[in-house]
Amino acid sequence: MIGIENIIFLIVAAVGIGLFVWQIRKIRKNILLGRDTDLADNPSERINKTLLVAFGQQKMFKRMLPAVLHLFVYVGFIVINIEVLEILIDGIFGTHRVLGFVGPLYSGLMAINEILAALVIIACVMFLWRRNVTKVPRLATGVEMRAWPKMDANVILITEIVLMLALFVFNIADLKRVLLAGEEVVGAYPISQFFVDAFGNDPDQLYVIAKVGWWFHILGILAFMNYLPSSKHFHIIMAFPNVYYSKLLPKGKFTTNPAITHEIKAMLDPSYQPPAPEVDAEGNPVVQRFGAKDVEDLTWKQLMDAYTCTECGRCTSVCPANITGKLLSPRKIIMDTRDRMEEKGEHPAIFAPNHYKEMGVERVQTTEQKELLRGYITPEELWACTTCNACVESCPVNIDQLSTIMDLRRFLVLEESAAPASLNAMFTNIENNGAPWAFPASDRFNWAEDLYVPSKN
Amino acid sequence: MEENRRLVKVPTMAEMAANGEEPEVLFWVGCAGAFDDRYKRVTRAFVQILEHVGVKYAVLGTEESCTGDPAKRAGNEFLFQMQALTNIEVLNAYNVKKIVTACPHCFNTIKNEYPDLGGNYEVIHHSTFLQQLINEGKVKVQGGEAFKGKRITFHDSCYLGRANDIYEAPRDVLAALDADLVEMKRSRANGLCCGAGGAQMFKEPEPGKKDINIERTEEALATLGAGNGVIATACPFCMVMMNDGVKNKEQEESVKVFDIAELIAQAEGLSK
Repeated sequence: MIGIENIIFLIVAAVGIGLFVWQIRKIRKNILLGRDTDLADNPSERINKTLLVAFGQQKMFKRMLPAVLHLFVYVGFIVINIEVLEILIDGIFGTHRVLGFVGPLYSGLMAINEILAALVIIACVMFLWRRNVTKVPRLATGVEMRAWPKMDANVILITEIVLMLALFVFNIADLKRVLLAGEEVVGAYPISQFFVDAFGNDPDQLYVIAKVGWWFHILGILAFMNYLPSSKHFHIIMAFPNVYYSKLLPKGKFTTNPAITHEIKAMLDPSYQPPAPEVDAEGNPVVQRFGAKDVEDLTWKQLMDAYTCTECGRCTSVCPANITGKLLSPRKIIMDTRDRMEEKGEHPAIFAPNHYKEMGVERVQTTEQKELLRGYITPEELWACTTCNACVESCPVNIDQLSTIMDLRRFLVLEESAAPASLNAMFTNIENNGAPWAFPASDRFNWAEDLYVPSKN
Repeated sequence: MEENRRLVKVPTMAEMAANGEEPEVLFWVGCAGAFDDRYKRVTRAFVQILEHVGVKYAVLGTEESCTGDPAKRAGNEFLFQMQALTNIEVLNAYNVKKIVTACPHCFNTIKNEYPDLGGNYEVIHHSTFLQQLINEGKVKVQGGEAFKGKRITFHDSCYLGRANDIYEAPRDVLAALDADLVEMKRSRANGLCCGAGGAQMFKEPEPGKKDINIERTEEALATLGAGNGVIATACPFCMVMMNDGVKNKEQEESVKVFDIAELIAQAEGLSK
């Protein structure tokens, strides 16, 4: 029985999904601002990693309480989506609980759904509590945790609670209506059954309430979906590709620039023939920039990192520089990259957050430069990094904060010769003495003098 | 006393090559191992162990040069590659196949970053090397009971641990000592940096509340508790930072910082 309501639903759903696809294309375009890098190797190892870290949430479990709460929301999200699928079918074709034909399986599914929905509400309330009442430091503090990111987090949690409540309203009203009509109950509702009298006994009123709950839930989901691209909550999509494309090599292996290798080889050996320089579509040689000063100097994977970040702050909370009061916050590096990308490229439909351009007293002295370096991220932050990889290790979605920090540092040194004076002195020592300290190379073997070992027998 | 010990003549690659010989393993000393007064003692302890077990080893001597690690971490890729390509030329000329080093920074650089530039070697860190010697029974640590009841906490080096996933080797080496091994809260993959990595060793820290090595030393001292204890390290930079931290806390009388090679050399009766 397809009526006007179904047609309205179809239009609303199509607009919602269309708008979402349109936003995804913008984000894809932003990510493709980045330099190319080949990460198609070792698919089986990558799939394993994705199963463990993304699907299996392996790295979340470094911190038990948030891991368990997050698991409720994560599993809830996946399972409840099955009901959303049913809602879509019901909405389009005017059916009622169309998947009900699978019988006991459906009952089980609905029962799990209700329990998960309750757990999602509990988890979200606890998350709100942690953010706003106990103010867990990594969630509540840091120069990058300004008005927008804090509000974003609360918007997500409150929306999830409201969506789950709408689901309960629908289930409760629908169950009561079915019971009053003496129809057979399709599915099992372990939580709603305790609230069947919440909305009175008027079948017409119950019908309306169920409809409102149903519409609210589905409209809410469509709206929330379109909020994602503007939000840290986008990680629910990006976590999977980001983990898949994450680094398989030892964390200590930093990238090597082959253009520099050719240059040095040509210097050391005049007969060395470097390969022909890369040319662009018009045949002009591509000017190679060493290091990164803006988003297009980073790779697409580094830009993807920025869209994957859910601003949990685990990286910053384990960063030795941040712990000891330095400006550096790995989370800020990633959030800045996203902001700069959206300033330079496209921005999603709803918000162009520009988080850090809000007014506030802080020590990060950015300039008006429309570039990632200095306009967002200052040399002081970059030089505070010990390259210890604690941020990379801590990230539940395998973001490589360090690689971005290093590329920005490289630009400072290779293109601007803007290293701190003491580091320049160290470079000079290496050039002259083959050691970072000012000792003559001829003394290098002096340690071996007057060395004894006990003679055997 | 004099009859009971012999003078060590540390063999160089140049001498070996002149005699048409090749060592089993090249000991890459590193700049700290060659020049830092405190860390030279670690180099010497490690050579004593090599001599003691009779491994056929050699060093490059004055032909060794910085791997380029501090330049690379500081962003100077050009200087890094300059050093790397020059070192690779020397190593390849001597047909080096296996390298052992006590420095996690040299280890990481040669093992992970030299292959892209034409330097392919089997590179092992001295913690793994010592672990193998102990497992093979070549180092028996018969003096290990001297450490009985002594509290030792191992400070993970970032470039050994997170950078290369080596957490157990140095702990296995320490376990041979019969000491009371205690772990800091932040250890292994969650270990806190000493503050020297990423070329921080060669510059002043940025403005902040505290120096990183102080934060880490406080944690180590709290873990060791009152009384004598040892902070064990496996990296020259960590050693400098932890030593400075212990001095800053005026605990140098009761808490000593040792490299794992020094502890093994002591337990083996090779050095005091």
